Amino acid sequence: MLSFIGRRLLSSLLTLVAIVILSFALMRLVPGGPFDHERVVNASIRKQLEERYRLDEPLVLQCGRYLWGLVRGDLGPSLKRPGRSVNEVLGEAFPKSAALGAAALAIALVVGVSVGVYAALHHNTARDHVAMGLVMLGVSIPSMVLAPLLITLFALTLRWLPTSGWGTLGHIVLPATALGLAYAARIARLTRGGMLEVLRQDFIRTARAKGLPERTVIARHALRLGLAPLVSYLGPAIASILTGSFVVEQIFAIPGMGRYFVSAACDRDYTLALGTVIVYSTLLVALNLVVDVAQALLDPRVRLE
Amino acid sequence: MSSDPDAAESASGKGISPGRLALRRLLANRMAAASGLFLLVLGLVALVAPWLAPHHYAEVRLADALTPPCAAHWLGTDALGRDLLSRLLIGARVSLAVGLVATLVSLVIGVAYGATAGYLGGRADNLMMRLVDILYGLPFMFLVILIVMVAGRSLVNLFIALGTVQWLTTARIVRAQVLVLKGREFVEAARALGVGPIRLIFRHIVPNLLGIVIVYATLNVPAVMLQEAFLSFLGLGVEHPMPSWGTLIAEGARSMEVCPWLMVFPGVTFSLTLLSLSFLGDGLRDALDPQSQ
Repeated sequence: MLSFIGRRLLSSLLTLVAIVILSFALMRLVPGGPFDHERVVNASIRKQLEERYRLDEPLVLQCGRYLWGLVRGDLGPSLKRPGRSVNEVLGEAFPKSAALGAAALAIALVVGVSVGVYAALHHNTARDHVAMGLVMLGVSIPSMVLAPLLITLFALTLRWLPTSGWGTLGHIVLPATALGLAYAARIARLTRGGMLEVLRQDFIRTARAKGLPERTVIARHALRLGLAPLVSYLGPAIASILTGSFVVEQIFAIPGMGRYFVSAACDRDYTLALGTVIVYSTLLVALNLVVDVAQALLDPRVRLE
Repeated sequence: MSSDPDAAESASGKGISPGRLALRRLLANRMAAASGLFLLVLGLVALVAPWLAPHHYAEVRLADALTPPCAAHWLGTDALGRDLLSRLLIGARVSLAVGLVATLVSLVIGVAYGATAGYLGGRADNLMMRLVDILYGLPFMFLVILIVMVAGRSLVNLFIALGTVQWLTTARIVRAQVLVLKGREFVEAARALGVGPIRLIFRHIVPNLLGIVIVYATLNVPAVMLQEAFLSFLGLGVEHPMPSWGTLIAEGARSMEVCPWLMVFPGVTFSLTLLSLSFLGDGLRDALDPQSQ
């Protein structure tokens, strides 16, 4: 098992290095530079700026320098925000995006698993059909439609929650709901499928025959196996919750990573754009690693592949 | 879902093609059939949208700005006095075209790549799949933004950009299937008859993947449409004044309190389309692969 984790860790690290080099190259492939739109079009000033940020060196050297900086945990200075380092900018923005993502995931898991279990326990009854109909609706309403609806209902009409901004616990409820509900729906479908599979099995009948209360049968015996399909879904889900948060962040005016992700790439702020990509990629790769290891722990056959 | 259509057929003793059988199973699923009908109508409407639209989608009439739904403008007008119904119809063209074309692009790349990797196996397979892993680790938005920036903002580039980031999962699924298929006797028989590798992959192996590929493609279309909407919402999609459902929703979201119709109509249309695509995708999966239930 240890050697399996070691091998996976090494290959994840290599993947990450390749991602950094690839995104560095792609970013530089884009025509135009960070100082094109500056009012100071004076050639000598521009040259000075490029020298200062070492953009005049050969690309390979720049890439090498960037990688060496990464090893020391330094993402470099932001090109369009003078005097600010990428570490500072992202250090402020990331916790907000992470908090939003975590809250959305919590909502998705709690709602999704409860609805899924409920539907499975009432399999093929009216309750199941109503629950699954709602779930289909949930899958189909995109966050960009749901968010304005939530704002209108809960912030403007009922005045329970603030419309936008960041700071208090109330600020996180609506964006997290808008972001998490679609994932809740998918989790509900997976949970229902997994539970239906498990509830048919002999050991559940045995547990019931022993006279265990239904609550114990479900919570202690069925849920454990029934949630297995969720594990492999969670990795990609967390990743797409995080990247999906751009639109929600924009609607609710949350000062998270989302706004830099788009604007930095468009402004050719090379270092900031790469910084955001690296934060996300590291998360994605790490999540895939965790999922792989979790699956290997659950099913020894995976390790031999 | 009941398996009545199959049973009735076998009782009559007549032969029936698997495609027919699948279609029959699909139509027996009421939600899937209704969704298919809805999408068909929507597709037809989108095709003839320029002739159907009561106004030109970019016609500005400031005097009529922000009119609620009325007889002259069934769905109201936006801040520039443009007719929402006309914009919604043209937007359907853009959104559906992006969904279909980008999915097609991703299918072609994904099937060719995955089938080649799976067929070659060994080192080449390892290398090719490692590239997929690397691209998987990149946030897809970053790639799309860069492709659009390099190639310029246009509808065709949007197709290509979304298609090129969407093929990864298809490639993985196809590769796994090919690994299974290539050990089967009919492949061996074809090889023994002297069929070359390219012909073997595309004439003998790929047709056997069609079922799973079709199912996956149906589920891919809504994902691509959502991504287009995301891009348009962030201002990176189709260029003004061309509307897509994403841009319409983005415009509507900004003025939700004052003129809710600008948000509600595009939002409902988009959600209904996504809903139908999900039902159809589920129905197709059950119809093409009855064992999966």
